[in-house]
Amino acid sequence: MASLKELKIRIGSVKSTQKITKAKQMVAAAKLRKAQAAAEAARPYSSRLEAVVASLASKIAGGSGEGASPLLAGTGKDDVHLLVVANSDRGLAGAFNANIVKAARAKADELIEQGKTVKFYLIGRKGRPVINRMYPGQIVAQYDTTGAKQPGYDQAHAIAGELTDMYLNGKFDVAHLFYSRFKSALAQIPTEQQIIPVRIPADADRNAIAATVEYEPSEEAILDDLLPRNVAIQLFKALLENNASEQGASMTAMDNATRNAGDLINKLTIQYNRSRQAAITTELVEIISGAEAL
Amino acid sequence: MALHFELVTPEKLFRSEDVYQVVVPGTDGDFGVLEGHAPFMSTVRDGSIQIYATAGSTPEIIPVEGGFAEVNEKGLTVLAEKAG
Repeated sequence: MASLKELKIRIGSVKSTQKITKAKQMVAAAKLRKAQAAAEAARPYSSRLEAVVASLASKIAGGSGEGASPLLAGTGKDDVHLLVVANSDRGLAGAFNANIVKAARAKADELIEQGKTVKFYLIGRKGRPVINRMYPGQIVAQYDTTGAKQPGYDQAHAIAGELTDMYLNGKFDVAHLFYSRFKSALAQIPTEQQIIPVRIPADADRNAIAATVEYEPSEEAILDDLLPRNVAIQLFKALLENNASEQGASMTAMDNATRNAGDLINKLTIQYNRSRQAAITTELVEIISGAEAL
Repeated sequence: MALHFELVTPEKLFRSEDVYQVVVPGTDGDFGVLEGHAPFMSTVRDGSIQIYATAGSTPEIIPVEGGFAEVNEKGLTVLAEKAG
């Protein structure tokens, strides 16, 4: 049985932990609203760009398919896969980062089994130790996001530029992006998406743009201009979703932690009071029996 | 008699309103879009979009960077990387 003093210290320490988790929970709740709004604000642009790229691409692919940008047509090989893993920079978000890394690992193991080469490109700090341990030497680059509070389009643009350069220099053939899709504050879904080459949905509406549309300069030129932008916007969307997911996961995890701390404090307080009472009773018995003996 | 005009950036839906005419800096030259323009698609060079709320009014000028304009039966949509 722990002594009274030990119990008191223990209660104090749990209380201060609870203060931290409570504060983090409130911060996450405030940030979540902002992050969610940002993710929603980005939707019109990405969905419109996606629609245009899909219809243009299916049009060109349906035609000759010659001279199409490698971002669309691929390199003709399927040997080197780059896994772009977007994590957060901070912890205290429950299983948020672990889930993304888990999804990436499943994909990596599957690809390695098929005899492909797997490389990693990391966004954010948290995934690095695990991936570095599991796949030593396979991390080719890391993009540092610690400087910015909110993911901005400039970041996505910079990452997309780096990826496109690596791709055009033949460093990899296919790029997959891993991030957490924000469904609600309670549910975040680790998601995999192929970003290079662009995957055209099979059911893309080929008639979305009527045949009478005029193009300036030309369909190919427009598509060449849009494809790199599409990569950037997909990344941007992923970063925003990830940010919202992180705050959501953090809020839920911290809510749980705060509640657990509360339960623990209650339990410890009861224990403390019991042993205090026991001590008092013992003392009384001693005094009374001492007085009787006289 | 109005043209529905939308200016969208990755960060947000920048503008969505009915206007009289919009002049867009296309890669191959500026072009003005009025209501009932034929379907059209063009890349946009860095420059300024001029928005005329009514015929003959002073245009509102919004600088844009890197983008893409699409005219369809619903109106004009400009996707820009940066605006304002």
